[in-house]
Amino acid sequence: MIAFVQRVGRVGLSVCTELGRAGFFLSKSVWRKPRSGQKLHLLAHTIFNSGVLSLPIIIVSGLFIGMVVGLQGFNILNKFSVTSELGQMVALSVVRELGPVVTALLFAGRAGSALTAEIGLMKATEQLDAMEMMGVDPLGRIMLPRLLGGFISMPLLTIIFCAVAILGGELIGVKWLGVDGGAFWSNMQSSVDFRLDVINGIIKSAVFGVVITWMAVYQGASSVPTAAGISHATTRTVVYSSLIVLGLDFVLTAMMMGGW
Amino acid sequence: MGQKGLETLVGFFILLAIAGLVMLAFQVSNLTISQGSNTYEVKAQFDNIGDLKVRAPVTVAGVKVGQVANIVLDPKNYRATVFLRLDQSADNIPKDSSASILTAGLLGSNYISLSPGFDTQFLKAGDNISETHSAIILEQMIGQLLFSVNKDKAAAGDSDNADKS
Repeated sequence: MIAFVQRVGRVGLSVCTELGRAGFFLSKSVWRKPRSGQKLHLLAHTIFNSGVLSLPIIIVSGLFIGMVVGLQGFNILNKFSVTSELGQMVALSVVRELGPVVTALLFAGRAGSALTAEIGLMKATEQLDAMEMMGVDPLGRIMLPRLLGGFISMPLLTIIFCAVAILGGELIGVKWLGVDGGAFWSNMQSSVDFRLDVINGIIKSAVFGVVITWMAVYQGASSVPTAAGISHATTRTVVYSSLIVLGLDFVLTAMMMGGW
Repeated sequence: MGQKGLETLVGFFILLAIAGLVMLAFQVSNLTISQGSNTYEVKAQFDNIGDLKVRAPVTVAGVKVGQVANIVLDPKNYRATVFLRLDQSADNIPKDSSASILTAGLLGSNYISLSPGFDTQFLKAGDNISETHSAIILEQMIGQLLFSVNKDKAAAGDSDNADKS
């Protein structure tokens, strides 16, 4: 009995320590004196790695998710013979929920795992220590551009995902199933509010971007510097950030629906 | 790939995202950059606004000329004061026009329809539309219908009894 309580206590303490370490890690990397634009090319490199290289998977999955929502929505709405509301259904479900969440899950799998593996390997091959020996701060040189690149890429990817998904829904609904194009767009426009729906979706995606990138970079930096350690860290990044994204999504949605 | 090519690709990425945002803003959510100078506000009082909501369209002959800006309850006479924000392009609506709350389709949302009058003076900002028709509440209508049907039946029954006696 006591042993069980002790184990619970140990787990709780280690969770708290880990959270505290991760928090200090983030604040130490991000809140530092801004130096002149010499790091901009590093930032461009990380945006390229986590943003531009994620574009194909984001665009393809956005297209297919929009098409599936269009197809499913058409069949349901057809029962009530209100297929003209298809645009509203596709746009609201994509902009509010599917866009931020699916992009975040894909981003965790595509960019988050790559970040963890990259930093973990740098640690395993003692590149980070070598940098410190040369007087270069690895937090500023390696971690900060990667964190910022992820923070910037994620909302941009979400916007592209939403736009492509809505076009995919239009492709199925209007071009294939014969919903009237004017009704599709005008019903969408009258029901989607820019601030309440679009901006809130982008806020969600920005929060997800921060959490995923933070998780990925921290897991990489704190990984055990062995082959098995890196693979564990990569797995943890994807699993933890997917779970956190889904949990946070509920909390954020509840806050936004409740009007803050 | 050199630094230049990389930066170009990042630039394309950002431009693509901006294009997506513009599409979401204007094509999907119909964001209108509403300047105060392009619209003017008039108000109308209704006994009952039914299910009318803020941002509901205001139409003349079915053409949208503005939207509902605000709805408040008048504390003195317990009527609903509806503020209508009309486009400046529709500045030639006669002063004696009437406003009625209609429903789009059987289950659709409510909107306000303005029927133009014959006055040569036009509505200006701050004017009050005096002639209004409230929303039709379906339950009340059914209640009245049932009431009148029952009354007819009762009258018919009375006359039958009178014939027999």
